Amino acid sequence: MKPGKKPLKITFSGVSSSRPSEFIKHLYNRPVSAFGATVFFIFCVMALVGPYIAPYGANDQIASEAGQPPSPDHWFGTDNLGRDVFSRVIIGARDILVLAGFGTLIAVLFGTCIGLLSGYLGSWFDEGVMRISDSLLALPAVLLALLLLGTMGPSRRGVLIVIVIVYTPIVARVVRSVALSVRKRGYVEIARLQGEARGEILFREIFPSTVPALTVEAALRFSYAIFLVASLGFLGLGVQPPNPDWGLMVQEAREHVSQIPWAMFFPAGAIALVVIAVNLFSDGIKRYLQDS
Amino acid sequence: MEKNRESPGSPILRIKELTVAYKLRDKVHNAVRDFSLEIEPGGKYGLVGESGSGKTTIALAILNYLGKDGLIQGGEVLFKGKDLLGLTKSQLKEVWGSQISLVPQNPQSSLNPSMRIGDQIAEVFSGRNGDFAGDILFRVLTLLERVHLPEPGKIARMYPHQISGGMQQRVLIAMALSLNPDLLLLDEPTTALDVTTEASILGLLQEEVTGSGSSALYVTHNLGVAAQFCDRLAVLYAGDLVEDGSLLDIFQRPLHPYTTGLIASIPSPGVSRRESKLISIPGQIPPLGARPAGCVFAPRCPIAVNICLQTPPLTETGANRSVRCHRWEEIEQGLLDRRRFFSTYNGDKPEKISKPVFDNARNLLDLKKVGVHFELPRSVIEVFTGKSPDTLKAVNGVTFSIPGGSTVGLVGESGSGKTTLARAIMGLELLTNGRVEFAGKALPQKLSERDFGILKKLQIVFQNPDEALNPHLKVGTSIQIPIQRLLLCDRDDAEKKAIQLMEAFQLPAEYFNKKPHQLSGGEKQRAALARSFASNPSLLIVDEPVSSLDVSVQAAVLNMLDEFQQKEANSLLFISHNLAVIGYMADIVAVIYRGCLMEVSRTEELFSPPYHPYTEALLSAIPIPDPAVTRARIHLEGDIPSPVDEPRGCPFHSRCPRVLGDTCKSEQPGWQFDRQGNRFYCHIPLEELESSQDLLFD
Repeated sequence: MKPGKKPLKITFSGVSSSRPSEFIKHLYNRPVSAFGATVFFIFCVMALVGPYIAPYGANDQIASEAGQPPSPDHWFGTDNLGRDVFSRVIIGARDILVLAGFGTLIAVLFGTCIGLLSGYLGSWFDEGVMRISDSLLALPAVLLALLLLGTMGPSRRGVLIVIVIVYTPIVARVVRSVALSVRKRGYVEIARLQGEARGEILFREIFPSTVPALTVEAALRFSYAIFLVASLGFLGLGVQPPNPDWGLMVQEAREHVSQIPWAMFFPAGAIALVVIAVNLFSDGIKRYLQDS
Repeated sequence: MEKNRESPGSPILRIKELTVAYKLRDKVHNAVRDFSLEIEPGGKYGLVGESGSGKTTIALAILNYLGKDGLIQGGEVLFKGKDLLGLTKSQLKEVWGSQISLVPQNPQSSLNPSMRIGDQIAEVFSGRNGDFAGDILFRVLTLLERVHLPEPGKIARMYPHQISGGMQQRVLIAMALSLNPDLLLLDEPTTALDVTTEASILGLLQEEVTGSGSSALYVTHNLGVAAQFCDRLAVLYAGDLVEDGSLLDIFQRPLHPYTTGLIASIPSPGVSRRESKLISIPGQIPPLGARPAGCVFAPRCPIAVNICLQTPPLTETGANRSVRCHRWEEIEQGLLDRRRFFSTYNGDKPEKISKPVFDNARNLLDLKKVGVHFELPRSVIEVFTGKSPDTLKAVNGVTFSIPGGSTVGLVGESGSGKTTLARAIMGLELLTNGRVEFAGKALPQKLSERDFGILKKLQIVFQNPDEALNPHLKVGTSIQIPIQRLLLCDRDDAEKKAIQLMEAFQLPAEYFNKKPHQLSGGEKQRAALARSFASNPSLLIVDEPVSSLDVSVQAAVLNMLDEFQQKEANSLLFISHNLAVIGYMADIVAVIYRGCLMEVSRTEELFSPPYHPYTEALLSAIPIPDPAVTRARIHLEGDIPSPVDEPRGCPFHSRCPRVLGDTCKSEQPGWQFDRQGNRFYCHIPLEELESSQDLLFD
């Protein structure tokens, strides 16, 4: 191997990943974040094993049992088509969490790269990128979704794209602000003076300092993404029936809300619960990072 | 001023066996143990110690103003006979300000940035006696005059950020003096200030304290300042009082090994590293919670023996004199050969090092009329009215050279442009005019145009050791990366070399895997030095490398820097505001003021006349840690004027004590050369300077 050509291994340890048990202990110290973390965890489990443990299939229609209130047979009751609401809720968890999760992940990846570059390079690149992101941010997510999904037709992929377009600028902004302050630090200047390539500087010197803010922002974005997916489902712009999308379930149950309120209540409640739980969880992360 | 006294002759402040601890994450650590002190009325007591010694803790404990983590575990603080530790908050408020007041350390963070100065001072008066507004205004203005602030009316209307650090500190002193307290606590009031400003603030404090007859407790780590101001000293080490006595006694006959080492490790102006090594105290101050049993200083003490495993008692060795050391009698009787005593600190004797042969055939670095100007942003209105932007000439027409294998010192106060010049040489700032030549060839301005061959030969160490290393990388990795890249080694080779380099800077090999936050300040600075030395640069710029370190650690770092340079024969550009340190390290000294060079002399000739008037003022302002030396201090009036106003004549004329008049104001001086080739930027003929200036150092 040619001397000097061996890739330099990045050997830094992340901020919180090296002390997971301490993190969990800190979370459970406060009831609010404990609640958030636990509920979120439960929903994650639901997403993983939902289809296997649900008592009924998502689309099993039992006409004779339509419109029944919650009972030992149907914990959340049945909707107007005789489908078990409980099963639909836990099966639907997977779709919404995976879609929101993937969308957030991609938005974070793009946002980090753009934010790092923008903050580090400054001048016209930064100006240009920021003005574009300003214009993207000016559009409400739902409007953007209408435009996009109206043109290409509603689909999972469309929803994913909307999430990425709407949240990348926000993440980029957060990362950029950290990059702006870190690039002036002594060790970054010395790295430049020692011939480090731009990529090495961005990812070895600057990126680690963005991790705390980025983690918190990512968790927060995730909670908003869940809400966005549900909203789009409600508007009929997301996954189509008969998929057990929570937003879709709320919309379908709207007509019969006076007779079958539970068919709307439980999916809406699930949406609200997950969003709040993830929000509280991200707050717990923020406090942990602040206190350490 | 009338003084309230319990009875004439009794101490105004008597601290008895004060013990203070801090609670850190459920563990209680002793910060100060069994501390006792007595201050007579009118007395000026110095509390000397390095970081972690507990001196600020004591000052706050006197006021009973420790935070909620501070616990007073024992002892009494008797002020005029009354124990302050037993008072309630409202009773303390009667004492604070009117009987005991505090001048804090950092003026910038001690003034409310959103209130005008006059209003802040008025706060001290309001709410006390219901004075009329007019009366308060008068008292505020009188106070500002008392601390020699020019144009008090104008300053009272300003906000803190609009005045300089020296002026801010004067405001704080004014506030502390406003109610004519009987005891003044001063917590390192001049540490954040330039040496000339420091000298004038000390003068002001002397005047005030002596004039009003109040007592003072001066907390500092700077022995030179203590030597100027105090009449008695208490030396603290890691929470213990190790020595106590009158000023002359302590300096002339120190009885504790720590005091001896401390005094000896301060470079004396005029002594160069070619003549002797600096005495340094090995090791470092134990952090809170890691203090050894027995004598706290034993791990670092060159004469520690078995009995030192027991805590030494505080022994009274004479009238008003005490020391905490088992072997004090041997030290007093001179049974320990002082030279051997000193040399045991270093392991080897101080020896003479032969002078280097300068490679005068070709200078390593040549600066030719280098200028770095910044355009100040204009307000929107100014842009519209077409006003041209103001220029800030941070560096203005600087010309000098650095020969190979030598150390050139660059001395200047804050705002002089020395850091900007260093950054311009490194390529972090762009030159506005002039050129820089490295080894005879023009040095590309932009960093991106410099190839690895140049990059590896030119490196810099910044002032702040906390920022020099990436906090997310292991210390060893930070050092290994430049070796791998600039010296084209493979990873294992680079790792070995990094460990060798760390050991050369006395960092044990285990530190390779540590993160910067696990290191002390001195260790971080050494790691930063190792990182910058990694590529074996021919020229290393060091910007205030020891200013943020404790005195006992400074000497060790300077020695290391010296050794390295001797071995590898590289050049150093040593930037500092501390002339004593520069006098020790440098072969040639350049003095810079407001972006222009004032004098460039060889070090051995810098300390004797003729001096440039600015150099003269700087030299006379150095606080000498020797109370027997009394010198006429040359005070520079005012502060460094804003660099935006460009003077037509000599840049120094507005503060020069030897200003000739119109010539200096309107005509730029030329360079005058003396017999030895040193140069001076002044109108006054050298013969006149030489004859009228006193020799400042022996």
